[in-house]
Amino acid sequence: MTDIASPSFVRHDLVNERPAPVKTTGFIGWVRTRLFNSPTNILLTILGALLLWFTIVPSVRFLMVDAVWSGNDRTACLAENAGFAVGACWPYIQAKLPQLIYGFYPEAERWRVNLTFVLAAVLLVPMLVPRLPAKGLNAGLFFFAFPVVAFFLLHGGGIKGFGLSWTAGLLELFDDSIIGAGNVLLNLSKTSAVAPLLWVIGNLIVLVGTAIHWLVFPLIWLRDQIQGSGQSVWVDFAVTTAVVCLIAFFLGGGLRTGWRALASSFATFVAIAIVIKLMGLDHGGLPIVLTNLWGGLLVTLVVSVTGIVTSLPIGIALALGRRSTIPLIRIFSIAFIEFWRGVPLITVLFFATYMLPLFLPGNFTVDGLVRALIGIALFTGAYQAENVRGGLAAIPRGQGEAAAALGLSWWKTTSLIVLPQALRHVIPNLVNSFISLFKDTSLVSIVALFDLLGSLRASFSDPKWSTPSTAFTGFAFAGIIYFIFCFGMSRYSLFVEHRLNAHRRN
Amino acid sequence: MSDPIVKISGLNKWYGEFHVLRDIDLEVKKGERIVICGPSGSGKSTLIRCINALEEFQEGEIVVDGIELGPNLKHIDAVRREVGMVFQSFNLFPHLTVLDNCTLAPIWVRNIPKKDAEETAMKFLERVKIPHQANKFPGQMSGGQQQRVAIARALTMNPKVMLFDEPTSALDPEMVKEVLDTMVDLAEEGMTMLVVTHEMGFAREVANRVVFMDAGQIIEANTPNEFFASPQHARTKLFLSQILR
Ligand SMILES: Nc1ncnc2c1ncn2[C@@H]1O[C@H](COP(=O)(O)OP(=O)(O)OP(=O)(O)O)[C@@H](O)[C@H]1O
Ligand SMILES: [Mg+2]
Repeated sequence: MTDIASPSFVRHDLVNERPAPVKTTGFIGWVRTRLFNSPTNILLTILGALLLWFTIVPSVRFLMVDAVWSGNDRTACLAENAGFAVGACWPYIQAKLPQLIYGFYPEAERWRVNLTFVLAAVLLVPMLVPRLPAKGLNAGLFFFAFPVVAFFLLHGGGIKGFGLSWTAGLLELFDDSIIGAGNVLLNLSKTSAVAPLLWVIGNLIVLVGTAIHWLVFPLIWLRDQIQGSGQSVWVDFAVTTAVVCLIAFFLGGGLRTGWRALASSFATFVAIAIVIKLMGLDHGGLPIVLTNLWGGLLVTLVVSVTGIVTSLPIGIALALGRRSTIPLIRIFSIAFIEFWRGVPLITVLFFATYMLPLFLPGNFTVDGLVRALIGIALFTGAYQAENVRGGLAAIPRGQGEAAAALGLSWWKTTSLIVLPQALRHVIPNLVNSFISLFKDTSLVSIVALFDLLGSLRASFSDPKWSTPSTAFTGFAFAGIIYFIFCFGMSRYSLFVEHRLNAHRRN
Repeated sequence: MSDPIVKISGLNKWYGEFHVLRDIDLEVKKGERIVICGPSGSGKSTLIRCINALEEFQEGEIVVDGIELGPNLKHIDAVRREVGMVFQSFNLFPHLTVLDNCTLAPIWVRNIPKKDAEETAMKFLERVKIPHQANKFPGQMSGGQQQRVAIARALTMNPKVMLFDEPTSALDPEMVKEVLDTMVDLAEEGMTMLVVTHEMGFAREVANRVVFMDAGQIIEANTPNEFFASPQHARTKLFLSQILR
C-alpha cells in the first residue's frame, strides 16, 4: 500500500523555475532549429544564402552603388565620363518621368490628370480602410460618380442635354433601328423565295416601329423644344430632376414614407448640378484631349482600374447565369465564357481595335481606348466568372434552402447569403486575376496605345539618352512600379481575407 | 379553433420515375403537435419539405392557413411566411453573427426596422437561453447551441406552423436534451408543430398524434399512448421493436 501512495516518481518538494537552455531559444536557438537542424536543411540554407548573394548583391550594386544620380544627358551615364562601370542611369528616368506618367498628354493640361489621381486616391483610400464610416456613400461616389467626373476631366468636352435628351436619343435610335430592320426585310422580299412571308414580317416590323415612333413623339418634340431654348442643359436638367425625384418619391412609398427617397434623390441632383457648374460642362467643359495622346502610367491605370471594376460584376452575372435553371441564359453564359477563355488576349485586342470598326455601321465610331477597355473587361470577366463559380459551388445547398424557408426571394438569397460567402471563398483567385489583368494591360501597347511599358520603349529611341544601361534602367524602373501595385493588391487582399473570414476562426 | 391549419390532400410526388409520396392525406389542427416517424427513405423529409414548397409535387393540394399551394406552387411566398423550418444540419448563415442570422429575414422579408428586429431577435434568443452569445458567429458555438439559434431564427418570423426535420440527429447525446427542452417549451406555448424525429421520449411527452410512414405512405396515425402500446401494422411493430429495443 505504501508503495503506491508514495512511489519514487512523486516529487515531495516543488521544482524551481529554470530558464530554457540557450540552445533552444532566441536567435541562436532559431538558427539551430530552423536552419541547421538536419543535413538537408543545412544544404538548403547554404543554397538559399548563395541565391540571395547572387541576386541581391548585383541588384543593389546596379540600382544604388554603381548608379549615376544626376546629369543632363547621356554623357553623364557613360563609363568614360563617370569613371566607373555605370549601373542604373537615373537622370534618364528623371528626364523621361513626365512621358512615363502622362504620355503625350499636353503639358498645360496635365493638372487634370493629377487632379484625377488625387480624386481617385481620396475616394479609394477611405473605402479600403474598414474602420471609416459611410462605406455606402463612399462606394457610390467611387463606382458611379468618379468614373463620370474622371471622363470629363481626362477627356474634356461638355454636354448638350441631360436625362431627357439622352432618353429621347436612345429611344429614337432604337426606333430607327427597328424601322431599318423592317425595311431591310422588305427589300429582301423583292428577291427572296419566301417573299410573301418576308413581306408580311417586314411590314409588321415597320408598323411596330411607326407605332413606337408616335408613342415617343411627344418626348422627342419636348427635346427639340428644349434644345431650341437658350439654356438647354439646365432646362433639361430641371425636367429630369423633377421626373426622377417624383418617381423616387412614389417608389419610396408616397406621402407616408417617400420623403427620404425624395430628399436623397434631390440631394444627388444638387450634387450633379454643382459638378456640372464647376466643370463648366454646360458650356463646352474643358478642352478635349483625344485618347491617342494619353499614355504612360495614366493609360495603365485607366485600363486596369476600369478592367478590375467592371470585370467583377460581369463575372458574377455570368457565373450566376451559368448556374441558372433557364436554358437560354445558361447556354448564353457558357458560350460567352468559353468563347472569351478560348481566345488569347492579344487576339481580343487586335479584333477590338482593327476588326470591330469594319463591323460597326458607318457613322458609328468607338474610341480606340474604349474598344480596348471593353475587350479587356469582357476577357477578364469570363475568367472571373469561373472564379466566382468555384465559390458558388462551395456553398452547401442547405444555405439556399434555409434562406428560402425564411421567405427570402432568389435575389435576396443570392445577394445576402450565397454571394457574400462565395466571394469570400475565392478572394485569392479574384485578386490573382486582378493582378494578372494589371500586368496584361501592357499588351495594349501592341494596338497603338502607349501604356507605361509602351511609353518606356518609345523613350528608348531618344538619342539624347541612348547609353548602354538605358534599357536596363527603364525596365528596372517599370518593374518596380508594377511590383508596387501588384504587391499592394496582394497584401491588401490578404488583409481583407483575414478580416472577412473572422467567422471561420474559433 | 379546430379548423385545420395545414391540410394535405391527395399528395403525390415522384422523383423521376420513383414514386416518393403516395396519396398522402393529413390534417393538422391549430396548436396540434405531430411527430412523424418511419424507416429511412420512407419520405418523411420529402413530405415536410413539400409543406413549405422546398420540394415541388406533381399531384394533390396543400393548404396552409387558408393559402392554397397547388402543384404550380403559386403562393410560395405567402406560405413560406407562415411556416418556419428547422433543419437537421442547422443551416445557419456562417458569415453572419447569431443576431444577424435572426434579424435578416424580418428586415428583408417583413421590412421591419433594424432596431425593432434586433429587439425581437433578442427576445427569442432569450427564450432559447442564449442571449449572451448574440454577437458570436455560428462556427464558434456547439451544435446544440446552433440548433437553438436556428429555432430562434425561425421564430422571429412569427410562423403559425413550425416544421422540424430530425432536429437532433446531428447532435451529440448530451446536446440532444437542450434542444428537445427548447422544443417542449415551444409546444407548451401552443405552437403548431410537425416534427420528424426518432426521439420517442419526445413523442410520448409532447405529441398529440404520431404518424408512421413507410414507402411513401402514411400507414398508421394514432395518439402516442395507443401508438406505442398497441401498434396495428406489422411494419410499425417491427420498426418500434428495432427503435425501442
Ligand atoms: N433529389 C432526389 N432525387 C431522387 N431521389 C430522392 C431525392 N431526394 C430523396 N430521394 C429519395 O426519396 C426517398 C425519400 O427520401 P427522404 O429524404 O424523404 O427520406 P426520409 O424518410 O427523410 O429518410 P431519412 O430518415 O433517412 O432522412 C429516398 O428513397 C431517397 O432516396
Ligand atoms: Mg430525412
